[in-house]
Amino acid sequence: MAAVMTPSVPAPVASAPRPGAGRAWEVIRAGAWRWAIFLLAAIFFLLPLAASFEFSLRDPHGGYSLASYRQFAKMPGFGSALWLSVKLALMAVGITLALLVPTVTLVHLRLPRLRRVIETITVLPLVIPPIVLVEGVLGAFGSYGPPWLLSTPVNLGFEYVILALPFAYRSLDAGIGAIDLKTLVEASRSLGGGWATDLVRVVLPNLRTAVLGAAVMTVALVLGEFAMASVLLWVTFPVWVVSVAQTQAGVSVAVSMISLLLTWVLLMLLITLGGRRGRQANILGGF
Amino acid sequence: MTSSDAGGPSGPQSTRASAGAGAGDRPGTAASAPGGAAAGRGARPLARVAQRAGQAMPLALRRDGLALLGTLPFFAYTLIFLGFPTFAVVVDSFKTDDGTWTMGNIRTTFQELYRSAFLNSIELSLLTAAIGAVFGGLLAQAVLTTRHNNWLRRIVTTASGVFANFGGVPLAFAFIATLGTTGLATRWLGDLGIKLSAFGFNLYTFSGVAVVYTYFQVPLMVLAITPALEGLRPQWREAAQGLGASTWSFWRHVGLPVLFPSIAGAFLLLFGSSFAAYATAQALTAGTVNLVSIKIGNLVSGNVIAGSQNVGKALGFEMILVIAVVMVGYVLLTRRASRWLR
Repeated sequence: MAAVMTPSVPAPVASAPRPGAGRAWEVIRAGAWRWAIFLLAAIFFLLPLAASFEFSLRDPHGGYSLASYRQFAKMPGFGSALWLSVKLALMAVGITLALLVPTVTLVHLRLPRLRRVIETITVLPLVIPPIVLVEGVLGAFGSYGPPWLLSTPVNLGFEYVILALPFAYRSLDAGIGAIDLKTLVEASRSLGGGWATDLVRVVLPNLRTAVLGAAVMTVALVLGEFAMASVLLWVTFPVWVVSVAQTQAGVSVAVSMISLLLTWVLLMLLITLGGRRGRQANILGGF
Repeated sequence: MTSSDAGGPSGPQSTRASAGAGAGDRPGTAASAPGGAAAGRGARPLARVAQRAGQAMPLALRRDGLALLGTLPFFAYTLIFLGFPTFAVVVDSFKTDDGTWTMGNIRTTFQELYRSAFLNSIELSLLTAAIGAVFGGLLAQAVLTTRHNNWLRRIVTTASGVFANFGGVPLAFAFIATLGTTGLATRWLGDLGIKLSAFGFNLYTFSGVAVVYTYFQVPLMVLAITPALEGLRPQWREAAQGLGASTWSFWRHVGLPVLFPSIAGAFLLLFGSSFAAYATAQALTAGTVNLVSIKIGNLVSGNVIAGSQNVGKALGFEMILVIAVVMVGYVLLTRRASRWLR
């Protein structure tokens, strides 16, 4: 008995630090892979931004200066390219909301059976790459459409609505799913409101965040879209930036840094707002 | 997932309507049947249903009709600006420049020049999707398993949302400023005596495009996989540990099998986003890299050999097919994933 006891008494004392040390080592090791990942991610994602900033500060004559930032606004074509992009963004947002808000409302209130069909249609722009869609635009409207459709940038605005459809629809659909639409509309009806009142004074105010989300996604998309605009030969903002890059790399990097910052402020606003609705909304940003 | 939501309310309505219509076809037989007790008991509820349906149906139809009319702008718009161009791509890829039917364009796309572009695009998409899936998955898991991770999660989620949307022209320029010939990282590495070109890396070729695409693939993976990782219940891990499983065997036998549909689905999502991308590669390489989307861009911008006007559309059609298959796989896998992770 005693013989059995004696070796077992010092054993825990001797081995007590070992599991402790093992656990500490485990914690460090478990933490280590995590911090290695974070460090790697931070370097990979922040270095290009820092490098862009450094690149845009380089002076063509050596050293660093704000020359590129001072120069771009005076460059030929800057104003008109930016203005075209802004006009297209406004057009796309206007059509998107006018088209989708009534449709999503109707589908939720009256036609739940159509929901799948409409959802499928809104995903299609993700299946058809913009570069392929623009081929079709040239082919289809080149031979069958009215001539003004291809000879003015209006067509680009129409197609941007299509490109924004997946994001705008999901934002509005999630927003309308989160409110008790039926009760609200019934209340409005019982107070004598017509469908226009329903839409403008009941549905829209309750969808502020979702509408804002749809609008921001659309604006961000239009301001950054390059494929369709460059193929259709409209000098929108991104197309202009690329054309500048061939002669003045510093300026183009400076301008794309600024446009990037503006887009990010918009997107962060959207994600912060969307975050309140729940995690699922953030996936939107992804695709 | 939403199908069940949509099917719920509509299901009973439609069955009632069809039952009503079925009864409505036979009122004559029901009425002419002798008024036996059994027949009467059987026929009367049916007749009542028919009557009720008869009153309700035109009203419902009228209301639904008006509502349907309200969705008309949406359908018309998507038909004109999405359906019509897509239709044109598909039809034109089977036509010669003169408008006669042919398989020539499709056959041309299988020749060496275009086949290599297709293979490159697929290889690039597989590679960047794999890198994105591995590092994005690890990053998401690292964030979720860090204790007191509220602020960290906020930062990573927001940054992922932002970076996943960071594509196109600015991204290409950011990397030119980083890994281009005079880029910051190139210079720093040069100071250390490391030349990336010695490893066969060139920003303006396949390898460069792959690195640049990783920049939006990793955050996309973080966004796509985080909900699934959150669905892994701690109880499963505790149960596995209770049975003596190591971390590795937990992942090998429980974690990864449960996550597999989600990971595979996210992989397909990443594959699709890389496969369809055009602007980034175009701005980076000025159309010199051999990818399908770039080839289409070159063809449609007029750098074409005469007589092959519709080859670009044939390529586009094949691209749509590839992405459609990928997306169907994505939808099926996500549906399967929701069985375990809820």
